[in-house]
Amino acid sequence: MNEIIEILEKDARTTPEEIAKMLKIKVPVAKEAIKKLEKEGVILKYKTVINKDLLKSEEPTVRALIEVSIVPQKDLGFDHIAERIYSFPEVSSCYLISGTYDLLVIVEGKNIQTVSKFVAEKLSCLENVRRTTTHFMLKKYKEDGVILKHKEENKRIAISY
Amino acid sequence: MKNIVSKKVNQMQPSGIRAFFDLVLGMKDVISLGVGEPDFVTPWAIREAGIYSLEEGFTSYTSNKGLYKLRLGISRYLKNKCGLDYSPDDEILITVGVSEGVDLILRSIINPQDKVLVPVPSYVSYGPVTELAGGIPIYIDTTKEGFKLTPKNLSKHLHHKPKAIVLNYPCNPTGVSYTKKELSEINRILLKHNILAITDEVYGDLTYDFEHTHFASLNGAKENTVYLDGFSKSYAMTGWRVGFACGPKEIISAMTKIHQYTIMCVSITSQMAAYEAIEAGRKSIEEMKREYKRRREFVIDGLNSLGLSCSKPQGAFYAYPSLKKIGMNSMEFAEKLLKKQKVAVVPGTAFGGENGKDYIRISYASSFDNLKEALNRMKTFLGD
Repeated sequence: MNEIIEILEKDARTTPEEIAKMLKIKVPVAKEAIKKLEKEGVILKYKTVINKDLLKSEEPTVRALIEVSIVPQKDLGFDHIAERIYSFPEVSSCYLISGTYDLLVIVEGKNIQTVSKFVAEKLSCLENVRRTTTHFMLKKYKEDGVILKHKEENKRIAISY
Repeated sequence: MKNIVSKKVNQMQPSGIRAFFDLVLGMKDVISLGVGEPDFVTPWAIREAGIYSLEEGFTSYTSNKGLYKLRLGISRYLKNKCGLDYSPDDEILITVGVSEGVDLILRSIINPQDKVLVPVPSYVSYGPVTELAGGIPIYIDTTKEGFKLTPKNLSKHLHHKPKAIVLNYPCNPTGVSYTKKELSEINRILLKHNILAITDEVYGDLTYDFEHTHFASLNGAKENTVYLDGFSKSYAMTGWRVGFACGPKEIISAMTKIHQYTIMCVSITSQMAAYEAIEAGRKSIEEMKREYKRRREFVIDGLNSLGLSCSKPQGAFYAYPSLKKIGMNSMEFAEKLLKKQKVAVVPGTAFGGENGKDYIRISYASSFDNLKEALNRMKTFLGD
């Protein structure tokens, strides 16, 4: 794997100067490589992983995992209907899945009512959607490789041979 | 209780930097670059294997030599990796880290007054353990040759008629390692003069610029080498205390004799976890190694730009910069840096050699954020 990607995946704030030092390359070379990855669409976006549970002041949000069964369309397969679904801003993730249903859609909303409304009024009534099953998420433990817990303190003794 | 402690132990040199260590341990919010162990936690699959073994009720002794399947795993691993062929039956012993391995081999071979060569600066135990075993350590200072034992320097010490040499590479504290060619030259001399090679290769997996060469894999070296290694550094398993010794049957059998009376066997939980490490842990090693390598480049660059001149170490996770341009000795530097900027490093005097006072050991087994912050604080410190 491209080492620049490995570094940025761990910490998107790592500067080109730091990357250049770590990989012993010139700063413009690092900058150029990052630009190329961005241009090619390998790097899409730099974002922050936030544990929203700790945002006490914010309105809580609910998330639902929705299994969607679909009648594929001739010549278009699943892609067209998937696009119609993931274009809704309420949808945060959308995956085509093998097995007993077709699309796994993750929807975020203010409360159970808003999510239910979205499913009933937007999702289920799409022409090619055959059936939906909605699971509300109760607790997030780990997301995209990040464990949503306070950082553990260092357990090593401060000095040793 | 006067004179209760034995003469031998009384005569042992206490570590000169114990007081400094206590100072560090008593302080809060210190960024420590003084740690001799990985900053990674043992990979989960390995921890899980330990937990599962407890659930399954593996709570007994194992055979003195260690779990057969672990010895077999090590034997197969070495054979696949570099063709080194050690029989799991009588040429491999599971030890409590490399530390026990060092103790066992030295006690197994030393008769009173036997000499053992120890290139310095080096890890702290080789000399004292030699003395405890009744032998005499002969220190070879390698400072002038870039901390590398050269054939010339080695030859200068042959008149002592040493019985063995303890060679640690990649080296703690310097990070120096040797190419196959360099090791071959040393091997030729050892074979010619009938000097046993005791190699501590615990940092072997953390070699960055070339492939690590196991000493025993050199021409004719296997019968003349006791190879010590462990799981601590490469699998981030320091607290589990699992190491192993490989060598000729007679020597391993002698070491096992001492081991069975003093240790009996390594904790079964740790052995079960180590088995998982050797069977399935390679991927995590490669990832850790890439991370260490990046930190190395970052830290060496940072140190040099602060005037702490430092050549690039080829392995382990240590840098050993010189303080000559700074005009402070290592103890003074370490104490002041700790008190003023709360950054801990280990003074070179801990590791022997004539010039330990001119060097400090920096461990880059610490997160990038910590390393960055520590370098900034050192910059402030040196600017004051």
